[in-house]
Amino acid sequence: MTQPAHDKIISARGLRKTYGGLKAVDGIDFAVQAQECIGILGPNGAGKTTTIKMLSCFLEPSGGILEVLGRDASAAPRFIKRHIGVCPQEDNLDPDLSVAENLRVFARYFDIVGGEARGRAEELLHFMGLHAKRAARIDELSGGMKRRLMIARSLINRPRLLILDEPTTGLDPQSRHQIWERLHRLKSEGTTILLTTHYMDEAAHLCGRLIIMDHGKVVVEGAPKDLVREHIGASVIEVSAAGDGARRFAEEKGLLHEKTSTHLYIHGAEAASLWPEAVRQFGEERCILRMANLEDVFLKLTGRALRDE
Amino acid sequence: MIMKAILKNCSWRAWRVWQRNFDVYRQTWKINFIPPLLEPLLYLLAFGVGLGSLVKDVQFEGAAVPYLTFIAPGLVATAIMNHGFFETTYASFVRMYYQKTFAAILSTPLSLEDVILGEIAWGATKSLFAGAIMLAIAVAWGLIPLAAALAILPVAFLAGLAFSGLGMCFTAVVKNIEMFNFPVFLFITPMFLFSGVFFPLTSLPGWAQHLANALPLTFLVSAVRGLALGKFHSLQAFQLIGLLAIAVVCTYLGIAGMKKRMLR
Repeated sequence: MTQPAHDKIISARGLRKTYGGLKAVDGIDFAVQAQECIGILGPNGAGKTTTIKMLSCFLEPSGGILEVLGRDASAAPRFIKRHIGVCPQEDNLDPDLSVAENLRVFARYFDIVGGEARGRAEELLHFMGLHAKRAARIDELSGGMKRRLMIARSLINRPRLLILDEPTTGLDPQSRHQIWERLHRLKSEGTTILLTTHYMDEAAHLCGRLIIMDHGKVVVEGAPKDLVREHIGASVIEVSAAGDGARRFAEEKGLLHEKTSTHLYIHGAEAASLWPEAVRQFGEERCILRMANLEDVFLKLTGRALRDE
Repeated sequence: MIMKAILKNCSWRAWRVWQRNFDVYRQTWKINFIPPLLEPLLYLLAFGVGLGSLVKDVQFEGAAVPYLTFIAPGLVATAIMNHGFFETTYASFVRMYYQKTFAAILSTPLSLEDVILGEIAWGATKSLFAGAIMLAIAVAWGLIPLAAALAILPVAFLAGLAFSGLGMCFTAVVKNIEMFNFPVFLFITPMFLFSGVFFPLTSLPGWAQHLANALPLTFLVSAVRGLALGKFHSLQAFQLIGLLAIAVVCTYLGIAGMKKRMLR
């Protein structure tokens, strides 16, 4: 793990994937440098998983240029797959094999065999806190343990790039934090990580840089804090049970705001200073002043409408 | 173009898939051995001892052959077909569709071509195992000479490739696992009944003989019986070449179909 920091791990230019008439990924550009941890956010159907499947050489791009570890993804899939780790959204552990055997058999696909494979498996079982379960069957594991085993398996070849598609979806908070802690350790050891998530706190916690996608395109890109500052500001006032009066209040004052059917959200740099006035106007019990967060950015940029899968 | 891409993506790494399946098989080998061991015993008991007491000797290539000796090679051939075909249909489908094992393997240096090649080679291995167990019983029973049984083993693997390849073609297109009932009832069962396992095809009317002579299992029954009874002629050699051709074509079609199914 001693590549120079400017090393380009992923480079995508005009990357596209179409299914018939559907543009799942519609010309995206992005780059990932060595030792970065980058997150891709987006509503369902935004194109995150399709992008990941192209990066992991599972799907061939329909157009554009995609280089992973300096090699063309269509031309050198075996090379790329040998040096990356992939943890897909859906657990696909081998139910015919025990926990330790899952790792050993997977190692063999990378030509890691014998004592080296066993040693690597033991090491990863310890790292992921699964050693006590080494002889267990897959259906005896909890959801969190399966997820940890998936991540352990994706590390079996000491990947230069780790790709995680929704690594903690559906897990309890304890399991999530356990996984976050392991990912932090991998980051500090220099592994480049690319992940997708629906959890904004996860993105803010783990990722140095984020890409928000929607409708197959990149909507915005930047560090989590910068995105919040640029698009929302430092704080947000939430007014509940807000009617037209609330909307007029925001409009008359020329505030950056969003009005939903039940709430008024006041964004912008001056939100905090407006707090006393908002309380006078709507009553303290209906107002909340809080820090702006990534979810505000996400909803502002991708809208509140539900998406089809 | 598709053919070139498929050839380029085939490699020795298919062996890794075979190893995975063999590892799983070994864990439960005691259970895995029981069906192929019981199956021939039941058949030999039912058809040989039960039905055989009613049936007189069968005329085969101008010689009178006891009924049990006549059907034993046919039952070996049937076991070879069944174990290859069922491995790459039901078992491969479970691995692909329910267990997502193929998808998991695709995130390693293996290609889908490697995975399918490995699965078909594994199916052929299951055919070989089943054929070997059946042959051991037939040899012990005194129905097939040992030397002939040894000569049949490579044929079992070759035919295993053909029937596993055939199975994989169906696996590439079925929507769900229940749909395998169609090839089983429209294809496997009729072959079992009309490929000369239980009676010489010459007993059939002319048109039916032509039909039966085109069935892959007919090729195999004829070749295995030829070896078992010391009547292996050029016809049987051509039938083995026919099985080889089926293996090659079906493996290609199976891979192409699976690529279409999985890598859209």
